[in-house]
Amino acid sequence: MTGAPLLEIRDLRVEYPARHGVARAVDGVNFEMRSGEIVALVGESGCGKTTLARTIVGLQRPAEGEVRFRGKPLGHDRRSLRDHRRAAQLIFQDPTGALNARQTIYEAVAEGVRIQQIPGDEEALVADALARAGLRPPERFFTRYPYEVSGGQRQRVVIAGAMVLNPSLLVADEPVSSLDASVRGEILALMLRLVRETEVGMLVVTHDLGLAWNVADRVAVMYLGRIVEEGGTEDLLTAPRHPYTRALLSVVPEAEEVERQILTGEAPDPTRIPSGCRFHPRCPLVESGEAARLGIEERCRSEDPLFVPACHAVAA
Amino acid sequence: MSVEPAPAEPTREVAPLLSVRDLHVTYPSAGAGIPAVRGVDLDLAVGETLGLAGESGCGKSSLAGALLRLLPRGTEVTGDVLLDGENVLTMKPGRLRAVRWTHAAIVFQGALHSLNPVQRVGNQIGEAIRLHSRGVSRAAVSKRVGELLELVGLPARRARDYPHQLSGGQRQRVLIGLALACEPRLLIADEPTTALDVMVQAQVLRLLDDLQQRFGLGIIFITHDLSTLAEVCQRLAVMYAGRIVEEGPSDEVFEAPAHPYTRALAGAFPVIGDPAFRMQPAGLPGDPPDPRYLPSGCPFHPRCGAAVQVCSSTHVELWPAGPDRSAACVHAPGSPVPV
Repeated sequence: MTGAPLLEIRDLRVEYPARHGVARAVDGVNFEMRSGEIVALVGESGCGKTTLARTIVGLQRPAEGEVRFRGKPLGHDRRSLRDHRRAAQLIFQDPTGALNARQTIYEAVAEGVRIQQIPGDEEALVADALARAGLRPPERFFTRYPYEVSGGQRQRVVIAGAMVLNPSLLVADEPVSSLDASVRGEILALMLRLVRETEVGMLVVTHDLGLAWNVADRVAVMYLGRIVEEGGTEDLLTAPRHPYTRALLSVVPEAEEVERQILTGEAPDPTRIPSGCRFHPRCPLVESGEAARLGIEERCRSEDPLFVPACHAVAA
Repeated sequence: MSVEPAPAEPTREVAPLLSVRDLHVTYPSAGAGIPAVRGVDLDLAVGETLGLAGESGCGKSSLAGALLRLLPRGTEVTGDVLLDGENVLTMKPGRLRAVRWTHAAIVFQGALHSLNPVQRVGNQIGEAIRLHSRGVSRAAVSKRVGELLELVGLPARRARDYPHQLSGGQRQRVLIGLALACEPRLLIADEPTTALDVMVQAQVLRLLDDLQQRFGLGIIFITHDLSTLAEVCQRLAVMYAGRIVEEGPSDEVFEAPAHPYTRALAGAFPVIGDPAFRMQPAGLPGDPPDPRYLPSGCPFHPRCGAAVQVCSSTHVELWPAGPDRSAACVHAPGSPVPV
């Protein structure tokens, strides 16, 4: 278990055709994860975090680079993909959309068991998965439809549907952002418990740094297709080094002590990645003249920082 | 916040901009009807920001809709909603149309879909202006549209864009500009930032704060995100099962909640850097009650960690819970119920 990483990503690039050229949604990502680890992948909309997640579970083919899973490169033929999609489960943001409204909760969980031909008694497997996801007694939920249960319970059904396949990796894309605050904590506690019990690795894609503080062992911050900072949650969130991470932290509502650094504009366009450091057009260090004082402004504008934290000021 | 030197009791004494008394909203259904709002009192002074928090289904959006009579036909709304002293609930349709937009405007939840996709955003704002001030010249309307867009931080030339050409944050800005088109004194913002990214959310919140200070707008801010409310609002009201269960200055309510429900909500927002939240996500077990079958006594008692014997049989009301604060809990300092 502790030997080879569960997941290794090398120089990964994922591109989409766009109206004007190519969108480089993932643009040179290197990343590793181990079993039993919870990693939060954070960034704004459009930073490529969802594309990266989709590539990891095999829904998206990389243009370049490699995804290695349990030591082996991820193939894109039918068979490898089917196996991979059992071992790496994706959980979506909106449980209502993820469930078929005309399927009972039993069917929703049993479907994966049938497709993946999981050995064992189907009913026992479904009951066990529902119970582990906190839906007890499970039999009470078998014949219900998604609309008959609450949003939190729907997300538990989705989690049960993933866990019944006994995956090695769970990729959860904003798993609680469509849920009420009161329910969020309950679902996060469930995910934390499942990771501790089963040693599954969990990658949580989110824009919510509070969630990362709540459950993640490690945090990777993504900006415009690249991981710009990475580290243990406590270090990274209490002593961020990249100016982008610092800006993200400064706008978290509870962060009272720090001065807000509200970046102007939205995450920029992956079809036009700026030259030099991709963050430089929005970087507070460049704007305030701090980069000039450090004598690195020219490099910020012309040299792509190919290291992590990806900031010339940190390296200087 | 206000420009004049503040008297001892700054806003409470003057006639409020909005005053809600014993508001009830009941949706029609087979049988007795579904009580979504069950007796709410609220006051909002000119230039004051009030946050309204609670889980889905607590009645906060029904309350917002009732303030401008925007609820589906057949919904029963009783009580008083006094806007600048005039009762919205008894207004004639013509007067109501005038009051919406010019006195009070609403920015909706899921607002990203409330723009017409086949009309330029400038025309949509212009339409609101034309309908509410007849005989304005085209040039004057388009000048005003440009001013409004600049007010919300967009270049005036974006008036020619269609909604799909704008990002989520930009569309939300257009909607705020649209709401301000007829210079209302009250803005109701129902989950205005929920669908937005953190950074864009911060931009929109800063914009609302700026507008509030410049024009002395009264704002009612509705969201389940208690941490955002604590930051942008002066006062905070927490709703549960159709009633306000706690009210007071927002910092105090968020940091030292008097009601166990508020405590659970506040605890659901982790404070980064605080070890108490590390690897210990906190939530509130159970679901909000079905408004048709409310628990007896305090409707929160089945989910409450602090519930005692009397809670299942005591009728709770907003009792004093410190200076300028109240809470509907038998444990509140001013509760008359012995526990």
